[in-house]
Amino acid sequence: MTSTMSPQVSTGIEKKPAAATPGSLTPRARIGRTTKYVLLLLFVIVVLMPVYVLIVTSLKPPGDVNPATSWGLPVRWPWEPITPGGPTGLDNWSAAWTALAPALGRTFLLAIPAALVSSFLGSLNGFVLSRWRFPHANIVFTLILFGMFIPYQAIMTPLVQMKTTLGMPSTISTLLIVHIIYGLPICTLIFRNYYVSIPGELMEASRVDGAGMLRTYASIVLPLSLPGFVVTIIWQFTSAWNDFLFAMFLSDTANGPVSLALNNLAQGAQLANYGAAMAGALIASLPTLLVYIILGKYFIGGLMSGSVKS
Amino acid sequence: MRKGIKNWGPPLLLVSPTIVILGIFVYGLIAANIQVSMSNRHGLAPATEFVGLDNYIELLSEDRFLHSLLNLAVFTVVFIAGTMVFGFIWAWLLDKGVRAEGIFRSIYLFPMAISFVASGVVWRWLLNSAEGDRASGLNRIFETFGLGFLQNSWWNEPIWGMAAIAMPAIWQLSGYIMALFLAGFRGIPDELREAARMDGASEWKLYRHVVFPQLSPIALSALIIVSHMSLKVFDLIMSITKAIYQTEVPATYMWVTLTSNDYAKSAAIATVLLILASVLIVPYLIYTSRSERGTR
Repeated sequence: MTSTMSPQVSTGIEKKPAAATPGSLTPRARIGRTTKYVLLLLFVIVVLMPVYVLIVTSLKPPGDVNPATSWGLPVRWPWEPITPGGPTGLDNWSAAWTALAPALGRTFLLAIPAALVSSFLGSLNGFVLSRWRFPHANIVFTLILFGMFIPYQAIMTPLVQMKTTLGMPSTISTLLIVHIIYGLPICTLIFRNYYVSIPGELMEASRVDGAGMLRTYASIVLPLSLPGFVVTIIWQFTSAWNDFLFAMFLSDTANGPVSLALNNLAQGAQLANYGAAMAGALIASLPTLLVYIILGKYFIGGLMSGSVKS
Repeated sequence: MRKGIKNWGPPLLLVSPTIVILGIFVYGLIAANIQVSMSNRHGLAPATEFVGLDNYIELLSEDRFLHSLLNLAVFTVVFIAGTMVFGFIWAWLLDKGVRAEGIFRSIYLFPMAISFVASGVVWRWLLNSAEGDRASGLNRIFETFGLGFLQNSWWNEPIWGMAAIAMPAIWQLSGYIMALFLAGFRGIPDELREAARMDGASEWKLYRHVVFPQLSPIALSALIIVSHMSLKVFDLIMSITKAIYQTEVPATYMWVTLTSNDYAKSAAIATVLLILASVLIVPYLIYTSRSERGTR
């Protein structure tokens, strides 16, 4: 695989020491440096703009949401009503929470097991495909990878028919099975590339000691697999959490994950309750944002190895 | 390599559940999809006839489907250009040694962590088509800064509307392309640059002859990744505009036909998407598996 698809847990973009010391800069270099920082900051503003809008709008009570002041900060504290006893900015948050809370719970019940099961199976596959040859192993591996690139529309019609025929419910359990299945290719790829980077002598030694394949996996490979698991679990968790396509086709709003509930809250929202929709968007993004903040370094690794599923 | 079933039996057994599952759910379902697409199952009643390529011929002569392909093409071009340009500029700025690099990097990358559904909530508002006094979102900004002439109807514009829809997608994925390019920049050995400088290469020549050639495999992967994401764009459009004609792409059109129980047609649309994706992906997979064999 090309370097972009290898799941080095080191992300390959480690920081470089900052360039020449400021004192020794020529005027021209100084202008260059200033331009660089101005540009970087400008891009930061552009990237954060939608977040600013989400936050300020979510804190405005419905009566204060007005196109003319849409970019302004809230004119009152979020808990202050426009008229005594009237709606406040905080009402947006409680409305969004009420609308999303059950779906949030369901989405955890979807994303966590989906991440764990696909990761475990992916680790077994990766172990085999990296070290143990069987006839046509390369073709098998490429065929597995292809499953990661297909547009899921290509399997959706028969999948929906299959769900109807088998009488599978429009709930999280159906989605869970689907996410486990379609997570297999990416998890296999990540682990396979990770295990290729582990010295083969370790496994050879255990083989010489008479350990079988499963024994080698359990006692040598599994304990070394934590970095691989971190990457696959992050990847699977975020893609299951953020999924909308499978959710839309295979579940319903009342029993589905948070993406459906949020879409339901936001669609048809008039200007008046944009606040609740935006609060909802923030609430629904919180778990993946936390993953990103806490495990940022591995998150990048996950993106690189999982670049192709989305 | 030692031969014999004793050696390859157990490993094959261990991966066989995955082979069976993916055999059914990827290849089996693709086959089933093609089968449905060649039947006359246009409603809840079971198919009665094999119609060959009729559904495809009908589809490709249908204005609505061609319109969705055109939309997809506009979206793809803008999306690819946007992510590649921003991704490259950001990586290039950061590569030259910047204080607080980690902070810039994290900020540029963070939109990738959130879902299109969540970002769609705010982008629907930013791309609000109202102008003048009723303007909100980006149009309001233009109004405020005296750039009123930039105000436009965004995704409600018939042809270029799809370019507006690409903006949120660019916002969300440029950081990812940045990460790829940054890894590419960091993968170029310093000695190589030093050697070129010693030989008296100008900055531009250094880029032209040393940096760009080294980055081209990364650029190719990035291109494949964004173009195949683009083919599948669904979440973003559903959450910003819902499934409407102006912003219709094959993926959302497929949703409309499937939910109206026209199975044969939805399957045919899906096959077209699969073919488009395969044209990109299959050569890429072959290329990577070959070049990998070469390095062993």
